[in-house]
Amino acid sequence: MSWINLSALWKIVVFGLLAGAGLPAIFAMGLYSLSRGPRVQTAGGGDSDADGLVGGSVVGMAIAALCFLIVLAAIAWGIYEVYKIGHPAPAK
Amino acid sequence: MSNTFVLVLVVITALGFDFTNGFHDTANAMATSIATKALSPRVAVGISGVLNLIGAFLSLAVAATIASGLVDTKLVTLTVVAAGLAGGITWNLVTWLFGIPSSSSHALIGGVIGATIAASGGHAVLWHGLVSKVVLPALFSPIIAALVAATGTYLLYRISRSLTEAARGHGFRIGQIGSACLVSLAHGTNDAQKTMGVITLALIVNKSVPAHSNAPFWVILSCGLAISIGTYLGGWRVIRTLGKGLVEIESPQGMAAESASAAVILLSSSFGYSLSTTHVATGSIIGTGLGKRGAEVRWNVAGRMATAWVFTLPSAALVGAGAYALAHVIGGTIGVVIDLIILLAVAAFIYWRSRGSKVDPSNVNDDWTGSVAPAEPQTAAA
Repeated sequence: MSWINLSALWKIVVFGLLAGAGLPAIFAMGLYSLSRGPRVQTAGGGDSDADGLVGGSVVGMAIAALCFLIVLAAIAWGIYEVYKIGHPAPAK
Repeated sequence: MSNTFVLVLVVITALGFDFTNGFHDTANAMATSIATKALSPRVAVGISGVLNLIGAFLSLAVAATIASGLVDTKLVTLTVVAAGLAGGITWNLVTWLFGIPSSSSHALIGGVIGATIAASGGHAVLWHGLVSKVVLPALFSPIIAALVAATGTYLLYRISRSLTEAARGHGFRIGQIGSACLVSLAHGTNDAQKTMGVITLALIVNKSVPAHSNAPFWVILSCGLAISIGTYLGGWRVIRTLGKGLVEIESPQGMAAESASAAVILLSSSFGYSLSTTHVATGSIIGTGLGKRGAEVRWNVAGRMATAWVFTLPSAALVGAGAYALAHVIGGTIGVVIDLIILLAVAAFIYWRSRGSKVDPSNVNDDWTGSVAPAEPQTAAA
């Protein structure tokens, strides 16, 4: 038995970067796409989108929806994996 | 008969520890969301409590490490477990009083190991398990978390730079809520299990369940409940230190920090590493300070925390060893009972001290002036 489990360590680093930094980055791309479109210059009115978060471009909104879906799906899959690893089949 | 009585005491003490674990660590998940006002303080601790309970059911890998991976279960007695818990609770309460986000896990593990050494000497400790599953992860995890959070912070600001200030704040506050929820879930998965592990250890010692057993269902449920109630009460002092003291945080940084914490904790838990969610969350928050140009990390606050971290294992071990010695000298059930009465007295004293410099939802976000309690009333000069 070694003191450091290197294979676990690199997995934590790589998957940590993918999930912990990559997914937020995809979320940010979603926000970016969402804010594209005609309304981006006229932001500042009294409606609920006054802060310019929703730009109004249909393509932008579609890409944004796709990004958010990817993030949600990845989270769900990750939680499922954790559950699976954490409940090994009773074999002892 | 008397064994059952002691077992019940140990289980209650363990749940007490779990409770302190909850309110000590609410900050790890919710400090940044409260600091950026993505969530109101009350709502934040409520959500966090519920998700901790769910998280408790998510994985059992860490509980297994604690129950059979750190000490020789054949040499442990119920008195040892009770004394160890006393060590863990004492350290948790002291650090909470000073608003230091120290590791509940190390407090617990330190306490149990101290009591074990006092009872049967160093050979009863599985040093390899201790170093490879607790000490080394404690060194690596904050660094990995900081790396992930710094990368995330850089990417988020880079991708969102064309957004208006208001749009960016709005969008990332939503993302922040989502990622904070994941940290709460991860906390339940990692920390609630530590107490499950200890109770399972007590059950193994008492021969109520066979060695290498998994935690029984009632243990999982009661631990999940204890930690979520503790979380709901909210450790406002620690929340303040993490949310306001370390780095001034904007919502993209909050989201980056929490995503990094959630990812690192969940990954490590599933490998059975009982790492400290506190170390990870702190590493992440420092990382967001490093990943954003112009952000300032208050290294003196960070240094104070790191000092507390180094002392956590040995201090809790000393208290655990002392508690064991006392219980051993008095002997039998009475010894354990007296230990726990002293523990209650200490807890009451610390609670009383904390009233002098109160931190609660109303002042948790006041500007950082260098101390845990906002400067307004001139009381705590110590």
